[in-house]
Amino acid sequence: MSRTGYVEVLDLAAGAVLVCAVVALWRRDLRAIVSVLGLQGFALAAVAGVLASHEHDVGLGVTAVIVFVAKALVIPSLLARVVRRDPGSRETAPLVNVPSSLVAAAVLVVLAYLASGRLTTLFPSAATRLAPIGVATVLVGFLLLVTRRKAVSQIVGLLLVDNGIALVTFVLTAGVPLVVELGESLDVLLVVVVLRVLATTMRTRLGPVDLDQLRELHD
Amino acid sequence: MLLYAILAMPLAAGAIAALVPWRRWVGWAATCANGAVLGFGIALSVKTTHGRPLAALNGTLRADAMSSFMVVVIATGAMLAAWQSPRYLSAEIERGECSLRHAALYTTLVQAFVTCMLAAVLAASLGVMWVAIEATTIATTFLVGHRGSDKSLEASWKYVVICSVGIALAFLGTVLVYFAALHVGSHIASGPGAIAGTSGASGARTLDWTSLMTASHHLDPGVMRLAMALLVLGYGTKVGLAPMHSWLPDAHSQAPAPISALMSGVLLSVAFYALLRFKAIADGALGVGYTRTLLVVVGLASLVVAASLLLSQKDLKRMLGYSSLEHMGLIALGAAAGSSLAIAAVLLHILGHGLVKSVLFLSSGEILLAEGTSEMANLPALLSRRPVLGGIFGVGLVALLGLPPFSLFVSELNMIRAEIAVGLGWAAAISVICMAVIFVAMTGYGRQLLLGDRHLPASQGTTARSVTIPLVSALAACAVVGVSAWPLQQLLHAAARAVVR
Repeated sequence: MSRTGYVEVLDLAAGAVLVCAVVALWRRDLRAIVSVLGLQGFALAAVAGVLASHEHDVGLGVTAVIVFVAKALVIPSLLARVVRRDPGSRETAPLVNVPSSLVAAAVLVVLAYLASGRLTTLFPSAATRLAPIGVATVLVGFLLLVTRRKAVSQIVGLLLVDNGIALVTFVLTAGVPLVVELGESLDVLLVVVVLRVLATTMRTRLGPVDLDQLRELHD
Repeated sequence: MLLYAILAMPLAAGAIAALVPWRRWVGWAATCANGAVLGFGIALSVKTTHGRPLAALNGTLRADAMSSFMVVVIATGAMLAAWQSPRYLSAEIERGECSLRHAALYTTLVQAFVTCMLAAVLAASLGVMWVAIEATTIATTFLVGHRGSDKSLEASWKYVVICSVGIALAFLGTVLVYFAALHVGSHIASGPGAIAGTSGASGARTLDWTSLMTASHHLDPGVMRLAMALLVLGYGTKVGLAPMHSWLPDAHSQAPAPISALMSGVLLSVAFYALLRFKAIADGALGVGYTRTLLVVVGLASLVVAASLLLSQKDLKRMLGYSSLEHMGLIALGAAAGSSLAIAAVLLHILGHGLVKSVLFLSSGEILLAEGTSEMANLPALLSRRPVLGGIFGVGLVALLGLPPFSLFVSELNMIRAEIAVGLGWAAAISVICMAVIFVAMTGYGRQLLLGDRHLPASQGTTARSVTIPLVSALAACAVVGVSAWPLQQLLHAAARAVVR
C-alpha cells in the first residue's frame, strides 16, 4: 500500500467510526441502531488491520481479528436477537430529542478536539492525528447512554464508548500489550452477555418496559 | 510459591462449588480456603515488610508490602463473608427462595470475585490490574441480582452500566499512561539520549508499575493530566466516589448481606488501591498538587453527598451504603494529603472500615433474616429483644462512627493531622463538619434501632454461636489494632513507602 493510500484508508475508517456513532444517535429504530453498531465494529477492525499491515505488527493483526469477530459479528448479533423478540421497538421518547442531541454531538466533537490537543502533538504521526475522533466517539456514546431509555440503546451507548476507547488505543499506541487487549475484549463480551441476560429477565418479568419505569430505588 | 497459593485457594474452592452438588460443607470449604488465604497473606506480609518484594509467573505477579497488606484485607473480608454464606444460603433454600443450583452458582461467583480482587492487588502490570478489577464487576453483577426481585434486578442493571462506563474511562486513562510511557521524554528538548535506559518501547513490561515509577519523571505532563483525570473519575466510580456514586446505595441495599459486606468492605478499597498506584506515578510526572486537587474535589463531594442523604434514610442497608460513601470520601481526602503518615492512616482506615462494615452488613443480614424486614422503623428496641445481635450491631456502629478504642478513631485522627500538616486544613475542617452531621444522624438511627420501646418482650430464637464468634472477633481485632497499632505498624509504614516519594 502506498503512503498516501495508507493515510487515506486510515482516515476513512476512523471517520466511519465517528459517523456510525452519530448515526446511532440520529436513528430511532433499534434494529437500525444495532446494525450501525456492527458497521462501526467493522470500521474499527479496519483501523486496526490497516495499522497492523503498515507497521508489520503481528500482535495488532491478531487484535484486529479479535475486534472483527467480537465487535462486528458476535456482539451485534447478540443484541439483534434481543431486539427481534420485541419487534417494532423504537426509542420513543429520549430524554433529549433527536435534533438537540445532534447539535450536542457537534459541540462534543469540538470539545474532543480541544481536550485531546496534547495527544496529537506529543508524537505527531498519521495515526495519532486521529485520536480526537476516538475521544469524540467516547463522548457521543456517553451522550447516547445518558439520554436514552431503552435497555438496548443504553447497551449500544456503552459499546460506543468502548469502541471510541479502542480507537484511541489503536491510533496512539498501536494497541496495548496483547494480554491486556485479550482481557479487554473478553470483558466487553461478558458485559454484553450480562446485560443481555438482565434485559431478557427484566422483559420476561416485567413486560416490555422502558428503563425509566424502574424507579423503585431512589432517595 | 506463596503468590500461586494465594490465588489457587479461592479458585479451587470455586471449582469445587461448581462441580459438586451444593451441600453446606461446600460453603464451609470456601470459608476454609479464604482462611488459608489470610494465613498466606500474613506470611507474605511478614516477608515483604523486611525483605524484598516477591515476584512470580515471569514477573506478571508481584507483591510488595502494599500488595500484601491488601491481600490481608481482602482475605479477612472474604473469610467473614464466607463464614456467613452457608447459613444465609441454607435459610434461603429452606424458604424455597433459592435452588441448590443457585446456591452453587453463588458460591462459585463469590470465590471468582475474591480471586479477581486478589489478582488485582498482586498484578505487576497496571493493564492486568485493570482486567482483574473489571472482572469483579461481572462476577458481582449476578451476585447483586441473586435474589431475583424487581428491585435487585434494577440495582444490578444500574450497577453494571454505571461501573462499566467508569471502568472504561479508567481503561482510557491507562492507555494514555501507556502512550506517555512509550514516548518517554520526547517532550524534553535535550533529546532522548539521557533517558534511553528508561524508554520502554519494547512493550510488554511498559505498563508494569515498577517501571512506570522509575520513568515517572519523564512522562509527558500534558498527557498525564488528562490520564489522571480519567483515572480518578473511572476508578472513582468503582470506589463509589461522587459524582459517580449513584449505583452504590442501590447495589449495597439489594445484594445479599455477605455480598454487601464484601463489596463495601473490600471491593471499594481494592479500586482505591488502583488509584493509589496511579497517584504515585502521576505525582512523579506532575508534582503532588494536581492529583491532590482532584482527590480533594471528589472526596469532599462524596462527604457532602453522604452527609445530606444520610439525614433521611429508612432502610438499614441503604444507610450503611451511604456510610461507605462517607468513609471512601475520608480515604480520598487522606490520600490527597499523600504524606507517608497520611497513606499509613489511609491503609489503616481501609482495614478498619473493612472489618467494621463487614460486621455491620453481616449482622444486618442476620437481623433481616430474623425479623423479615430491613426497614428501620419496623425494627425497634433490638437491644432488649435480641441482646446479642443488637449488641454486636451497636458496638459496630460505635466503631463506625470513629469512637475509641476502635482503629477508625486512630486512622481518622491521623488523616486529619496529615491533612493539616500539608496545608489542607480547610478541607479537613469541612470533613469534620460532615462527620459531625453524620454522627448525629447515625446516632439517631442507632437509638431508634437499639433502644426504642423498652417494654417489648424478648423475641423468639437466639443467635447462633457460629454467627457471633466471627463478628465479635472482627470487632475485637479492630479494637486491638486501634489500641496498640501492633502488629501492623511496620507493615503500614513499609506499604506507605511503596507509594510515597
